[in-house]
Amino acid sequence: MIFRISRSCFSSISVKLPPFKVHHLELDQLPQTTTTTSAELLAYYKSMQLQRRMEIACDNLYKQRLIRGFLHLADGQESIYEGLHAALTFDDCVITAYRDHCIALLRGDTPHQIIAEMMAKQTGSTKGKGGSMHYYKKATNFYGGHGIVGAQIPLGTGLAFAQKYNKKPNVTLIMFGDGAANQGQLYEAANMAQLWHLPAIYFIENNLFGMGTSIDRASANTKFYTRGDVIPGIQIDGNNVFQVRETLKFAKKHCLDKGPIFIEAMTYRYHGHSMSDPGVTYRTREEVQQQRKTRDCINYVKNIILENKVADEHQLEEIDNTAQNEIDIAVEQAKVDPVPPSTELTTDVYVDNQNHFIRGILYKDSILPKSQ
Amino acid sequence: MLRIVHKLRSGFAKMTVREAINSAMAQEIERDPNVFLIGEEVGQYQGAYKVSKGLYDRFGKSRIWDTPITEAGFTGLSVGASMYGLKPIVEFMTFNFAMQAIDHVINSAAKLHYMSAGGLKTSIVFRGINGAAASVAAQHSQCFAAWYSQVPGLIVLSPYDCEDARGLLKAAVRDPNPVVFLENEIMYNEAFEVPDNVMDKDYLIPIGKAKIMKEGKDVTIVTFSKMVKFSMLAAAELEREGISCEVINLRTLKPLDRNTILESIKKTHRVVTVEEGWGQCGIGAEICSIINESNAFFHLDAPVVRVTGADIPTPYAFNLEELSFPKAHNIVEAVKLVLK
Repeated sequence: MIFRISRSCFSSISVKLPPFKVHHLELDQLPQTTTTTSAELLAYYKSMQLQRRMEIACDNLYKQRLIRGFLHLADGQESIYEGLHAALTFDDCVITAYRDHCIALLRGDTPHQIIAEMMAKQTGSTKGKGGSMHYYKKATNFYGGHGIVGAQIPLGTGLAFAQKYNKKPNVTLIMFGDGAANQGQLYEAANMAQLWHLPAIYFIENNLFGMGTSIDRASANTKFYTRGDVIPGIQIDGNNVFQVRETLKFAKKHCLDKGPIFIEAMTYRYHGHSMSDPGVTYRTREEVQQQRKTRDCINYVKNIILENKVADEHQLEEIDNTAQNEIDIAVEQAKVDPVPPSTELTTDVYVDNQNHFIRGILYKDSILPKSQ
Repeated sequence: MLRIVHKLRSGFAKMTVREAINSAMAQEIERDPNVFLIGEEVGQYQGAYKVSKGLYDRFGKSRIWDTPITEAGFTGLSVGASMYGLKPIVEFMTFNFAMQAIDHVINSAAKLHYMSAGGLKTSIVFRGINGAAASVAAQHSQCFAAWYSQVPGLIVLSPYDCEDARGLLKAAVRDPNPVVFLENEIMYNEAFEVPDNVMDKDYLIPIGKAKIMKEGKDVTIVTFSKMVKFSMLAAAELEREGISCEVINLRTLKPLDRNTILESIKKTHRVVTVEEGWGQCGIGAEICSIINESNAFFHLDAPVVRVTGADIPTPYAFNLEELSFPKAHNIVEAVKLVLK
């Protein structure tokens, strides 16, 4: 990774951004550099380490069979989540599919809540009733957490619609992968977004594989940032937290002024698609190792920190250990938390659950409405 | 403002079911700024079946949204808008087209409150015509009552007359849960006298409560939507032969009003169910099972007789289509069977 950094003063560090690719936009609309500070660098480093450690902990818990079902890990892609967190506010909406743990973390859930949810405990983010694919937080405008590939795209377009309907100065970040980018409902939704000038950012996390199918085998046109047709698009290095941040800041301004935009962030996932996928039948171990060595998003920030003497290896190791400790404590707590009580089986089916009939396995086990 | 109601005599007015739905939507859109109508041709075209006539002129394009022909897209968009806090009325030109969007009705809307452990909700109405029309053939004639009624988290309503249409649609819009609202094209043109209170802007019908259209003592007929009309015709004919039928208009398919059905059985001891949809796993099948699981079973003097659509894709030819769906004479025959 080549970058040029200059230290202009104690607090401000200049970072050169990687090149952009643009569609229906001019390159000179986008910045070539940005600035950061020591404090910010350390904050990004710590936060991304926390995400990384949390995902690895889940991997371990799954292998111990303490997490069951589906588990889709995002280690390798942390800079995308850090960048979006830096660029947007909690009044901007975020929606994604099932690779959602890191977004849940950045949108306000604690590691304990997130891990407890996957371990099916009552202290989990959604009381143990959702699991790995179903995190939500209305208070910070995080709308999930969806299991059906592509479904989140029209849903997110609806969030943008509602923001515009309510005249909010805010945008919706609609996240999906290279696999979902071929879904018809993306084009249906983006068409309406463009027609109605909705503040929707269509954000493609291109980690080069949809499950085990490479982008070349799935997409006739792999330039995903151009797939919005008349909608402008930008391709960036998703493993560069600064480029993600600056691009989303630009995107937000664009959306509030003109309408939707497509952002394609090149990235890589170290794990397979999910825990049932070793991730090496369709790509080589060497490729995965190469990505780790040369393109790791946390190492990128680490190198800037070391080069600028913001901290030394020892201090960074301390941050690593603090992050690991926080995760370890969360895991240990989640292990001893209780499972949801059996009464939770039939709650939350309806908003006014007490007014409804919920059939049990046998009729006699049914829950009757309060009025009966 | 559209003059939709003909004053007959003091206290009553005459209107069609179409006008009833139109007026209900107009009042709810007026009442709550978060309510909007969205669908194909609902705006400038005045509605594919003219149900939204006049709404675009009255409320404008910020409240009445014409969409491209993209059900998955605009249904998902509407569910997303309802997650944020708006209250969409989604019009499907017919529920046959809603199959393109059914993932959003079921997986995105119905299950959301549960998966989010109460964190998110979707207050949304999916409405449109359901079941057979006239000579529109196989892909445009299916009844989806059974499919949607099965899903936990959904409310499913099906009006028969103007009173039903107004009271149930307004209740649906104000309900915090996702509601599937199954209308009927043939019923749109039917006119009914309605008492003045039905036109009131806060006229609501309770969800989950069936209506006894006609009291009787010999047989209970349980039905909904257009089949209420044929059941009433059958009941009138049977009355002339000295057979007294009690006709129950379900109004709500989910949650089904078990109590009204079971109480009626304790009185009449015989039941006929009538639906336009296919029999397997249908509404009539569910009613048979409900009776089976309650002590009303022991009040039956005969097994339940179901009247359903024939198990075929709908044919185009008029004479064949006539043989595909229940008519009054089928219901008369069914009542006589259950009395044998």
